[in-house]
Amino acid sequence: MIGELGQLVLCFALALSLVMAMAGLAGARADAALARRIASGAAMGLLVFVALAFGVLTYAFIVSDFSIADVAHNSSTLKPLVYKISGVWGNHEGSMLLWVLVLAVYAGLVAGLKRGGDRLTSGALGIQGLLAAAFLLFILFTSNPFLRIDPAPFEGAGLNPLLQDPGLAMHPPMLYAGYVGLSAAFSYAAAALMVGDPLITQNWARAARPFMLIAWIALTCGIALGSWWAYYELGWGGFWFWDPVENASLMPWLIATAFLHSALATERTGAFRTWTLLLAIAGFSLSLIGTFLVRSGVLSSVHAFASDPTRGFFILVLIALAIGGALALFAWRAPSLESGASFDPVSRETALLLNNVFLVAACACVFVGTLYPLVLDALNGTKISVGPPYFALTFAPIFFALLLLVPFGPRLGWKRGDLKAAWRTLYPALGLAAVAALAVLAIVSPRSVAACGAFAMAGWLIGASLIDMRGRKGARASAFAAAIAHAGLGVTLMGVAGTTLWRSEALAVVGPGQTMTVGPYTLRFDGVTQVQGPNYTADRAHVALMDGGKVTAVLLPEHRFYPAEGQDMNDTAIRTTGLRDLYLALGDDRGGGRFTLRAYVSPLAPLIWLGGLVMALGGMLSLWGRLRLRGGEPAADPATAG
Amino acid sequence: MKAVIALLRMMLRALAAPVLLAGFALAAPSFVAGSALAAPVADSFSNPATEARARNLQRQLRCLVCQGESIDESGSTLAADLRHLVRRQIAQGKSDQQIEDYLVARYGDFILMKPPVQPDTWLLWLTPFAVLAAGGVVAWVTVKKAGARGA
Repeated sequence: MIGELGQLVLCFALALSLVMAMAGLAGARADAALARRIASGAAMGLLVFVALAFGVLTYAFIVSDFSIADVAHNSSTLKPLVYKISGVWGNHEGSMLLWVLVLAVYAGLVAGLKRGGDRLTSGALGIQGLLAAAFLLFILFTSNPFLRIDPAPFEGAGLNPLLQDPGLAMHPPMLYAGYVGLSAAFSYAAAALMVGDPLITQNWARAARPFMLIAWIALTCGIALGSWWAYYELGWGGFWFWDPVENASLMPWLIATAFLHSALATERTGAFRTWTLLLAIAGFSLSLIGTFLVRSGVLSSVHAFASDPTRGFFILVLIALAIGGALALFAWRAPSLESGASFDPVSRETALLLNNVFLVAACACVFVGTLYPLVLDALNGTKISVGPPYFALTFAPIFFALLLLVPFGPRLGWKRGDLKAAWRTLYPALGLAAVAALAVLAIVSPRSVAACGAFAMAGWLIGASLIDMRGRKGARASAFAAAIAHAGLGVTLMGVAGTTLWRSEALAVVGPGQTMTVGPYTLRFDGVTQVQGPNYTADRAHVALMDGGKVTAVLLPEHRFYPAEGQDMNDTAIRTTGLRDLYLALGDDRGGGRFTLRAYVSPLAPLIWLGGLVMALGGMLSLWGRLRLRGGEPAADPATAG
Repeated sequence: MKAVIALLRMMLRALAAPVLLAGFALAAPSFVAGSALAAPVADSFSNPATEARARNLQRQLRCLVCQGESIDESGSTLAADLRHLVRRQIAQGKSDQQIEDYLVARYGDFILMKPPVQPDTWLLWLTPFAVLAAGGVVAWVTVKKAGARGA
């Protein structure tokens, strides 16, 4: 029954999305107030029905209804409740349903926040409706989560133990909230191009910005969460792999960041209007491409795609239609929308333009690094790997140059800035950078230029942000928010530098009672006990952290075995003292009570994710300032801007 | 998305690992036999400089059956074998370049984390900087135009 109910609800949702698409697009015309109301209503209805379908699937996972193939293949009765629930999106079908749910939530937000709806919003809802319909068709025809299996098995196949983790339970919804959230700005951009009336479309960036901010905050948190998960779960202390799947989330983040900056100028002075439109289109296009990369199996091998092409092909057609359609619309209408704003070579506008140049180059770097091996393999069968060394030589210098320029932006006035004055207010930041570099040089050995550079840069960024925060009491929330987000960059940079440059590690085979040292720590291995978890058995190592002859702490890294899934997993033990992580992973059983133990000391590691949180906090402040101003929004008046 | 990495990894391990491993075993019987016969190499060199060199080299080499992990990070058996191979060759006094060449001859460029610079990767290496340069030019023109409008 429950499966059929889910199926039926999905069909209703599809019908509603089509209504929303037609009414929304019709409502983009001037004399169609009724259509606009219908589109708003359909958006709310879509949200209700997709949420219902998602609820039904969640229920099937909770009660372990193995007559539903998706549940049988991806769950088991042995799992704790929380992982039965997170298992809903721990598989292809369920995660696509989550994708559509997030899309519906954003459509609901657009309809709800812009009550009644103007022509622009209506057009945006129409595009959202088209997207929802396309993905609902994709689900119903190629990835239906409600298909039955007969006979139903007595026990499910379980969920990959890697996914049975609180960090990863939260990660996909967070990331999707960002990924799919870019669709709102995309829809607004497409609607602005469709309406094509400069009077109506001039404020499109202002209308789209709150949704872009929400998406950016979620994306920032999602990426940070994923990186943190990789750090503690994969057992070797790394925090970023340059894995294609990670890159797929980094690219939209870079473009969303570029959008948030470029849209500032568009809102204030009307500059870069068409460029901002293009960024909105590019951001969501990269989300779609990421979905294709991840969902088609093309990443594991181009041949995996060829062997089961239905899903990949469907998404490919969808991408071609969405991106191609949007770009064609752009090519047709954009030239008539350019405002021709004027500004000096030294101005906020120029700074934002440079920000965009560097962010887009950084994104291009991730883009070719991710796709080049696939293309080369498809073209002539040559297999190459594009790993961290490539990005260290391309992405890192480009991003570093961008960071160097960050403090100037907020100090330059709109239209015309004063570089000398900006430079003068930055002296304290320069001082902080010098102090940071000298401190690193004096305290830490061996001396390294990279460490000095990284900490000088962090000092530069954080110093400039502190000046901004101090000097702008009672200033606009947006300036304060920008200062916080920029400081977050500096914080993350310190974490990345500390972890990569100063990490010490030790790998040893130890028997009971034996000690090993790593960095400043002495560890005593006190043997292994067997532990029974809810759905796994584990070898739990007892490792004492010694100080002189005293035990100051006991760390318990585990090696788990999940019988339902037939897989092994590491559960690392991490002890954070101040800002330094001591990280332990239990390796192979070497016989006779001896085990391999991997130990890492990662100074400043927590700053990596703390910085991400600080950036997200900046985004939230900006959003708060924006929503607080609603109603009494100051008009985009170039004359008073400054 | 991490979920997906993990799923892909699982699928890849389940499907590709046996196939690839079988392939390697067939293609490189001497290597497999060699690893069984040769004297065991320690997990770490006592000389810190040599150890650092080995670790650095291991980070430059890709685990062939994993999803984008280097042999330094991977827990797979193949990665462990390759680590042994690298360490044995270091112990024999071979240079990093010689070891990389040896592995590339066996497994192709795929094993290098840093793609080689050659005609079919020029585009890969140049694109980021080409985009940066093009962006710079576009920015220059835009600023010029915007300035001219104000004047």
